[in-house]
Amino acid sequence: MLFPPFPFPTTPPRVVVTGAGIITALGRGWDINAAGFRAGRRAFRPVTHFDVSRQRVKTAAEVDLPEIFPTTKLSASKLNRLDRAGKMLLLAALEAWQQSGWTPHDHYPLVLGTTAGGMTLGEAYYRQALATTRKRRGQATRAVQYQAHAQAGAVLAALGCNGPATIISNACASGGNAIGHAFDLIRNGQAEQVLAGGYDAVGELVFSGFDSLQALSPTTCRPFDAQRDGLALGEGAAVLTLESLDRARQRGAEILGEIAGYATAIDHHHLTQPQPQGSTTLKVMVAACADARVSPSDVDYLNAHGTGTPLNDSSEALAISEWAGARAATLPVSSTKASIGHLLGGAGAVEGVISLMTLREQWLPPEIEFETPDPACRFPIVQKPRDGRVNVVLSNSFGFGGVNAVLIFRRWA
Amino acid sequence: MNRIFIAGLGAVSPAGWNVAALRSALEKNEPLPIQTLEQPGSEKPLSVRLVPNPAPRPGFLSHPRLRRSSPITHYAASACLEALAGLRANPAAKDFRIGLIACLQSGCVQYSCRFYDEALKDPATASPLVFPETVHAAPTSHVAALLENVPLACTLIGDPSTFLQGAALGAKWLFQNRVDACLIFGAEETNWIIADAFTHLDRQAVVTAGAGALCLSRHEQISLGVELAAITDAHVFSARQSRLIAVQAMRAQLGDLPAGELLCDGLGSSLRADTAENAAFLDYSSPRLSPKRIFGEGMMAAAAWQCVAACEAVAERRFPSACVSLVGSNRQAIGARFVSAGFGLSDLTSKGNLAA
Repeated sequence: MLFPPFPFPTTPPRVVVTGAGIITALGRGWDINAAGFRAGRRAFRPVTHFDVSRQRVKTAAEVDLPEIFPTTKLSASKLNRLDRAGKMLLLAALEAWQQSGWTPHDHYPLVLGTTAGGMTLGEAYYRQALATTRKRRGQATRAVQYQAHAQAGAVLAALGCNGPATIISNACASGGNAIGHAFDLIRNGQAEQVLAGGYDAVGELVFSGFDSLQALSPTTCRPFDAQRDGLALGEGAAVLTLESLDRARQRGAEILGEIAGYATAIDHHHLTQPQPQGSTTLKVMVAACADARVSPSDVDYLNAHGTGTPLNDSSEALAISEWAGARAATLPVSSTKASIGHLLGGAGAVEGVISLMTLREQWLPPEIEFETPDPACRFPIVQKPRDGRVNVVLSNSFGFGGVNAVLIFRRWA
Repeated sequence: MNRIFIAGLGAVSPAGWNVAALRSALEKNEPLPIQTLEQPGSEKPLSVRLVPNPAPRPGFLSHPRLRRSSPITHYAASACLEALAGLRANPAAKDFRIGLIACLQSGCVQYSCRFYDEALKDPATASPLVFPETVHAAPTSHVAALLENVPLACTLIGDPSTFLQGAALGAKWLFQNRVDACLIFGAEETNWIIADAFTHLDRQAVVTAGAGALCLSRHEQISLGVELAAITDAHVFSARQSRLIAVQAMRAQLGDLPAGELLCDGLGSSLRADTAENAAFLDYSSPRLSPKRIFGEGMMAAAAWQCVAACEAVAERRFPSACVSLVGSNRQAIGARFVSAGFGLSDLTSKGNLAA
């Protein structure tokens, strides 16, 4: 029963990650992404999926989908009904699934974060509905498949699984919230194993929206740089298999890392702007660290939300500086959005996988175009590829609407 | 004690801007009048039931955060304020930390269509004021700002059964002492594209809009005398589990429903969409309410109305208990039971009324 719930365990189980799948503009899979992030490679190109000739900005970090998809339990016709976002989600889920060694059954909860779901199908529906020669063919499918829960169902079907799906749409915090929600399900004894992730594709509506806000960088996305002038959009997906430590040990599973803490809260300041002093962000970072029982001195790397917009980065920089205190002077910080753009609802999940990469492989992802720090930054930005001793990572995600999500990852050694 | 009570209810529907209007329309048991919407490029109008403009205009609409917001936010705000009115009037609860969980299916379609239309015509002039209002999280953000003391909020999207997942999440936040009360709202707005979409999916459906809200609390003394007794698991539709099997499993998990219990079901006007729910509750002989037959296909708002109607009937002592059947459009089925607070969960379990 969803309610009343089982009594919460007196000692919450530790939660570990046993599978991670990722697809970004850097490529598909852990290895190619790890190599790209480690080198600080940037993956932007002119937008190809829709007309940007009349837009102010004309680039994004687009994903190249494979021409031939891996065989799954999803029929070819059902696969064809998925839009780009759904296909990216599926590829990330397959990688995580294969790595985890999980076997199909009907009770894996799936928790996803997304802002737009299958919005490119919604856009196609809209254009077709207004077309001079109106065609009904395909409209019913678009009307169903643009909904995120249809994509969730398709992913579970592809894995030969079934289970309740929870879809969180807290704008750009969605992916972080999805992992945090899954973490809570296991800690509270409501599930032993949960699939969680986030995804979004670059679509015309959203691209136009950020362009209309003049939030897109017409030059180079440089989070926390004093000369920053906006964000760059990207697309992609990441999926994690989360399970209790006991369960993972029973299975003899390889553990990629531990999720040690999570906190979330809402900032009321403005629909699209964070509280300028970063007060909500500060509270959430403090709460996540308390949850994980770590202090700023324990954190070895901070994967910032760092969009590259003037307002986000100054607010976040103030929050990080205040939270870190004396530790700020030596705390390595970077935003991987400099490499792959802002993945919106997918960002928190993708950055979760990047956090695991840094813990597993002991390096720090750089922002190679970064030049001059914003005055609010009392911390160093990782500017060049380098190795590092990384045992604890803090990952920030914030969204339009004000939701902040902070995750703490710990190395498993 | 893991007990959750209903501390307030709110609703906006085609019948009006409060729970009383919802109840009145349900009591009359006659479908509300249908209006038509023009569809761009088509001579054939679309059938809808629209929410009437509120008269007089509510004062909260002048809040700075609501000035540019779309109707879905107005409906959600009104339902949440109504659901919170009792707590706000209670000095013991005025400083309560409020959790806010929004449940949406279509969400902010009016501004999404408007903005996309502008972007297609000329992206250089597409309005930056409209775009942020297209985001699913916008109504949640505005309502949180309006209510002020909201530290925790989440927006869930999905089929209408999601409303009860939202209620279960709210209960969890209360048990974890992260908030002192939690508002769960389901809201939708409509326009020609939603009405057009339903012509492809369910020709008999008349789409509608509005919102419904439940305020959950752990404190019986400030409640409406209604207790949340159970929310079933999510019974998923799949290749291995048909819609009918899933709904039957949900019904079975609700247990043996006692004679005299009110059922608020999700039956509308579509034989095809209603087949599974009809079959699963075929033997149900106690009173039923079917809000969709009165108001139309309100998606997540309709799910919320079902729960609001169930709670209101128990709060007003017309029924000792009520259950809700939320059969989602294409994902899962979830049920819930609400009981008079004096007739709590322990009574139900001791009588074997709740399946394990």
